[in-house]
Amino acid sequence: MVYKSLKTSIMGLVAGTSMIFGANAAIAGDWQPQKPITMVIMAGQGGGADRIARLFQSIIQKENLANMPILPVNKGGGSGAEALRFLKDQEGDAHTVMATLNSYYTTPLRNDIGVDIAEFNPLARMAMDTFVLWVNADSDIKTLDDYVAAVSAAGGNWKMGGTGTGQEDSLVTAMLEKEFGIKHTYVPFKGGGTVAKNLVGNHIDSTVNNPAEQMGFWKAGKVRPIVAFTPDRLDVFPDVPTAKELGHEIVYWMQRSFVAPKGMPTAAVDYYTELFEKLAATEEWQTYAKEKALVADMITGSELQDYFLDERAKHKQILASSE
Amino acid sequence: MDLLTLLSDGFATSLSPFNLMIVILGVTAGLFIGAMPGLGSVNGVAIVLPLTFIVPPASAIILLAAIYYGAMYGGAISSILLGIPGASTAVATTFDGRPMAQKGEAALALIAAAFASFVGGTVAVILFTLFAVPLADVALAFGPAEEFALVLLAFTTFVGLGGDDILKTIIMICLGLVLSTVGLDLISGQPRLIFGDLPGFYSGVSFLVLAIGVYGIGEVLYTIETSKSNPTVSNAKITFKDVISGLKTMRRYTKTMSLGSFLGFFVGMLPAAGATPASLMAYGLAKQTSKKPETFGKGNIEGVVAPETANNAASTGSLLPMLTLGIPGSPTTALLLGGMVMWGLMPGPMLFIDQPDFVWGLISSLYTANVAAVLINIALIPLFVWALRMPFSVLCAIVLVLCIVGGFAPNQKMHDVWLIVVFGFAGYFLRKADYPLAPLVLALVLGPLMEKSFRQTLIAEQGNIFAFIERPLSATFIFLSLLFFIWPIVGLLRKSKQEHPHFSSKRPNFSRQNS
Amino acid sequence: MINADRIIASLIMISALYFMWHAVSLPIGWNGLEGGPGGGAFPFWLSLVMLLCAAGVFWRSTSGSKFQRFAFDMSMVKPIFLVSVGLVFTVFLTSMIGAHLAVFLFLFWYLRFVGKHSLKLSVAISVLTPIIMFFFFEVTLKIMLPKGVSEPLFLPLYAMFF
Repeated sequence: MVYKSLKTSIMGLVAGTSMIFGANAAIAGDWQPQKPITMVIMAGQGGGADRIARLFQSIIQKENLANMPILPVNKGGGSGAEALRFLKDQEGDAHTVMATLNSYYTTPLRNDIGVDIAEFNPLARMAMDTFVLWVNADSDIKTLDDYVAAVSAAGGNWKMGGTGTGQEDSLVTAMLEKEFGIKHTYVPFKGGGTVAKNLVGNHIDSTVNNPAEQMGFWKAGKVRPIVAFTPDRLDVFPDVPTAKELGHEIVYWMQRSFVAPKGMPTAAVDYYTELFEKLAATEEWQTYAKEKALVADMITGSELQDYFLDERAKHKQILASSE
Repeated sequence: MDLLTLLSDGFATSLSPFNLMIVILGVTAGLFIGAMPGLGSVNGVAIVLPLTFIVPPASAIILLAAIYYGAMYGGAISSILLGIPGASTAVATTFDGRPMAQKGEAALALIAAAFASFVGGTVAVILFTLFAVPLADVALAFGPAEEFALVLLAFTTFVGLGGDDILKTIIMICLGLVLSTVGLDLISGQPRLIFGDLPGFYSGVSFLVLAIGVYGIGEVLYTIETSKSNPTVSNAKITFKDVISGLKTMRRYTKTMSLGSFLGFFVGMLPAAGATPASLMAYGLAKQTSKKPETFGKGNIEGVVAPETANNAASTGSLLPMLTLGIPGSPTTALLLGGMVMWGLMPGPMLFIDQPDFVWGLISSLYTANVAAVLINIALIPLFVWALRMPFSVLCAIVLVLCIVGGFAPNQKMHDVWLIVVFGFAGYFLRKADYPLAPLVLALVLGPLMEKSFRQTLIAEQGNIFAFIERPLSATFIFLSLLFFIWPIVGLLRKSKQEHPHFSSKRPNFSRQNS
Repeated sequence: MINADRIIASLIMISALYFMWHAVSLPIGWNGLEGGPGGGAFPFWLSLVMLLCAAGVFWRSTSGSKFQRFAFDMSMVKPIFLVSVGLVFTVFLTSMIGAHLAVFLFLFWYLRFVGKHSLKLSVAISVLTPIIMFFFFEVTLKIMLPKGVSEPLFLPLYAMFF
């Protein structure tokens, strides 16, 4: 209590000082950040989520979209549990946003961390990343049928590599197993890049990596895409069929969105939403999304909240069936 | 020939006046960032990355290389002067660097570190230039089993038996390994050892927190206690002549430096390993192959030279999997990788073919940055040594402030700062009771790698424990680590038989070293 | 004088038991299904080794074979205690009133009253350090240090330097 009132009285004092400095004369009604904006990243350095968050930071800085710098902070601990708890503690803060991925809903579902994502303020979904089944280019597997046959023949010894247990790759693997009645040995690795390397080095037999992680090796002809888990074929792989067109209803996305803490002032929410809208229109982002086979359809506000809650319900089912 | 043309094109750009200025700025900034306990190349690269969109691409690469090298050189500075490793790569440097500084040889230690870093960096860049592409296949051959075997080797080369109290060493190793399991278990996806659901523990116990705690705060407390009987204000002075004569003595350590450079480059090149195991292995090897292993840890200059050559060589080596395979081996290379992706480059096997300008521009920047780093570092040594002449209580106060602020900066959590205070007190008492602290820190660094790769292998091999010795590469490493484990015991047995009267060899002869 | 070796060995034994207690929430055995040890195995068994070794140290100290007395300079207890308390208090202040003010207070207190330096030197160092911290960490490295209630004081500075 004392802490709060002290804070407000200092705030009043400063309101006076900042008038003298004449700094940051905001246009009436328009909210502007007054201090650097913390961008919490729900994953460690180097992952897909981290790269996108830092790309946004750079674009915002280059295009001068915000008057204060954006400071990315990685809080990847506990599959994002650390970041979620942090965001919860930032209630009412107008200078914190968080870059999310699917662990935004899976982590609170898997472990009880006392966070309800319905309380957070959705800002914008920037993109959806896709999943593709890959094998080493030296293998004989060319089609999904070959793959299923090979996995069943291996009798549970087929090594599927992916990111940590309970994260996206393992969920896609679980969906595959359920659809075809096959069994993999799931080997968890720290990041998509390591998975890609282990596939090329023949330490694992297959993976369901995001195309962005696998692109370099694919261009060098070291890996082969078998099937895409998207509703439509991807522009970069026109010859790779989707699971859907082969008659198997496996569609899975990795969403890349931004959210804000509970109780962020509405004016600030609007400011950030607008910021991300401007960002989505930049040429850099459009090129990046295209090259990395990202689906960049943006949604914001309540539409995004509905999407989150819908996805949470879906993941609850997937998790229940995979465990 | 082709290679030389490409490289000279690269040099032509990196030696333009504007780019030279960028190198000097970058290296100096990197040096200070690296010298700050808690901050390392990762922070330097993180602030520069957004700027790379503004300056021309060629200058951007040079700026990154300069910061990267500067920070690597800088890491040794706080290890030697304050005894706090600035980054995990500089842990091994504290073991002998700090005792040297306490003996009043800070300047020599700093010169040795700078020169050794230069040699390590240069050898590694040359190896990189010549063999980058074929070596990528070696990195690919490394699966989880090989990773585990390599980490085990790093462990045994370093620890060995003998020397310290064995029971206490084992306790410290176990404690470090247990602390390394705090956080999320990657394999099962479950949180473990989070001590009553404290969110700060979700991401585990960071190496820096432990190192700053035990080496920073623990050391300050220990020094305060001993300051009455043993005043530590060293009258460290340095003249130009000292620098030259210091550099001249470096000739004696050719063997240590070449061992460190090659070992560092090859270990650093392996995706999972990186510079920390490399520097520890180099330290361990230098100790085991030395004629006077008992002087290590008490201010032997080779104990500074070996890890410093290795960590610089390894940091250069770790660019290799990043560029050729697109796998970051460290947080810094992860950021660099992200940066390259933003510039529209595609790290991976095609990079050397599709983007030769970038690759050779980067390599030539590494040469330039390395030369600039060693010159600037040596030029600044008098300044760093002068800092040691501050009155003792001023130095203490500043180190404590550095511990608090430097502990907060990497992850920006107060949780870490509290943990540093706890580790500081614990480290102080453990040290008083003769528990060795180096194995504790080492175990925390290597522990996560070790457990993860061990379990990944067993899952992939259906629980077959012999998988480690069925694969030729990992079998070799396992065999070598057994050898290193047994060697000191054999040596000790033989020694105690032969020269029983000279049992005092356990205590170093300080008077001789001081002269 | 106290036999600190025993106390520390006991403390290690207690913490080992504490770790083991936490570790058993995950499987500690050889997990047949996945292959390899379970999630709790590493922390559990290593803590057990730690427990046994600490017991060994304890036993050794009672059997007297390698009895180690804790050499402690009693006259230095006061300064160490002062520094420790000052440190803990500073960390506490850091989260309350921010790093810059806390560091200023700590440095001034330490230099003036523990180190007994001149007022001029104490003020100079304790004022300069937070200023350098601001420019090094926040302006250059863009790492925000904790501000606590002093946050509003920095808003005009942000507006000027960012």
